[in-house]
Amino acid sequence: MTERITKNMARNIYFGGGLFAILLFTGLTVDTVQKIPKLSHDDKITESVALGKKVWENNNCVGCHTIMGEGAYYAPELGNAFPRLAAGDEQAFKTYLAGWMAAQPLQTPNRRKMPQFNLTPEQVNNLADFLIWTSRVNNQEWPPNIKG
Amino acid sequence: MKYTSQMVAKPYFIFALILLAGEIVFGLGMGIQYLYGDFLFPAIPFNVMRMVHTNLLIVLLLFGFMGATYYLIPEESERELWSPLLAKITFWVFAAAGVATILGYLLVPYATLAESIANSFWPTMGREFLEQPTITKVGIVFVVLSYILNTTMTVIKGRKTTISVLLLTGLFGLAFFFLFAFYVPNNLVMDKFFWWFVVHLWVEATWELILGALLAFVLIKTTGVDREHIDKWLYLIIAMTLISGLAGTGHHFFYIGAPGYWLWIGSIASAAEPIPFFLMILFAFNMAKNRRIQHNNKIALTWAKGTAVVGFLGAGVWGFLHTLAPINYYTHGTQLTAAHGHLSFFGAYVMICFTMISYAMPILRGRPHGNGPKSQKVELTSFWMMVIGMIGLTLALTAAGIMQIEMQRLPDSAHALGFMETQAAIKTVYAVRLAFGVIVLAGLFTYFYSFFVKEAK
Repeated sequence: MTERITKNMARNIYFGGGLFAILLFTGLTVDTVQKIPKLSHDDKITESVALGKKVWENNNCVGCHTIMGEGAYYAPELGNAFPRLAAGDEQAFKTYLAGWMAAQPLQTPNRRKMPQFNLTPEQVNNLADFLIWTSRVNNQEWPPNIKG
Repeated sequence: MKYTSQMVAKPYFIFALILLAGEIVFGLGMGIQYLYGDFLFPAIPFNVMRMVHTNLLIVLLLFGFMGATYYLIPEESERELWSPLLAKITFWVFAAAGVATILGYLLVPYATLAESIANSFWPTMGREFLEQPTITKVGIVFVVLSYILNTTMTVIKGRKTTISVLLLTGLFGLAFFFLFAFYVPNNLVMDKFFWWFVVHLWVEATWELILGALLAFVLIKTTGVDREHIDKWLYLIIAMTLISGLAGTGHHFFYIGAPGYWLWIGSIASAAEPIPFFLMILFAFNMAKNRRIQHNNKIALTWAKGTAVVGFLGAGVWGFLHTLAPINYYTHGTQLTAAHGHLSFFGAYVMICFTMISYAMPILRGRPHGNGPKSQKVELTSFWMMVIGMIGLTLALTAAGIMQIEMQRLPDSAHALGFMETQAAIKTVYAVRLAFGVIVLAGLFTYFYSFFVKEAK
């Protein structure tokens, strides 16, 4: 096959194809950036949700958990923690999360361990708001079932 | 060695190999925690181990690429490196910053690092693979800029070849896309979308250009095949890389809140992503078949062919396994992703570093025809130990992923097992994975030993 292709042809495929790919990808990026606010309910990002995202980041939660399927595979998916653990009841979720965070690390021998992060009640509340917001993102109905 | 400034590559290669040993050790540590959750807890929790494991990988590959570049660019440009001194300074700055960051991870709670001055001024931490404090990220930018400056000046002042221009293109792309690491919006979806501009567009676009250039260089040197012929292949490979790889980023946008059209675009474009890797196999074996010289450094050519094959398996085959949206719906975020990640990083990027080191190190140590036969035999053993170890580890993770999907994802909500129950059910497979990981580390130590084998006179 390659005998019929000259170096110049190959170079033209590279420049032409590469330029086409860059333009296509840039165009789609511009469109996506315009659509994300509506798909993710950007207007619902309160100060507490934003602070909750910082709590999530500053404690490297993604080092063990996945969120919308991305992260580490050592601990459960948390993008749908709100419907899974509290069936969509915000107050129940916040109570559950506060209790869960305070109880870490669980003493079961050789169970995978979650560290004690010493979060303030305020930080736990922010984290809960962030996870509630995340669970409402329109992400093509993923995960397949409630187990994450 | 034709140019004395190529010597600056040596510390880069040695340090990359030391970091690789560290990376594997922390990988084994995690493998043990998968079986015994109390192992090293709370001294080094899983998230810290993982951060050290993945960050060491990224840093060691950058050291490998830099060493490879400093070796290759003088020869391609037919002149000394623009500034060997700058390359030496860059080495020490990068090494010191890298070690300090890893020690920070291990000795200071992550939240404390996150509250440090530079990071609270411009927070960028806490995202997968980009966990580094902002100050380290700024340091990486300076290191990469100095690397690019040195390479560009050498190329500009010397002979320009397809290989050197391609390598530079890859470097500029690497630098440009890293800038997205500094963009952390409050909207998680937007954050994830641009996070992939660093992660995907590094490993599935710009780094592939670097990989192509390094592979072509070693093939020219060990087979003596005509440059015209090699250039044609290179252009075809990188054309396919960009055509499939850019829009292929879409296979990460399926289920993170991006528009639905990515399901189609990501599936179609990324289904073509194995093509450049397949072309690399044809390329490597074709060049080896049409070789014009019998280079005594046979093991370097073995690594080059191995890179093409294992890179194709890991990135091409294991990537394609779960790249189509309807399949990815069930595989997204399972051990199958980990399986693909391990074999593709090893096959494509760790192995190209071995290829370059295997070719260049003997020359830098005063053996222009490669190491002696005894040493090459030891190295060949290490090659197979690492390759078999990594493939075995990948197969184990693949089995774990399939079991996870069967138990946790396929049944409806009422019948599916929960995450922790599923993990408990696949523990045996994680033990197998760990055993293969031990073989990889033993292989690396065997590789180290090959440097010290004494040849009979």
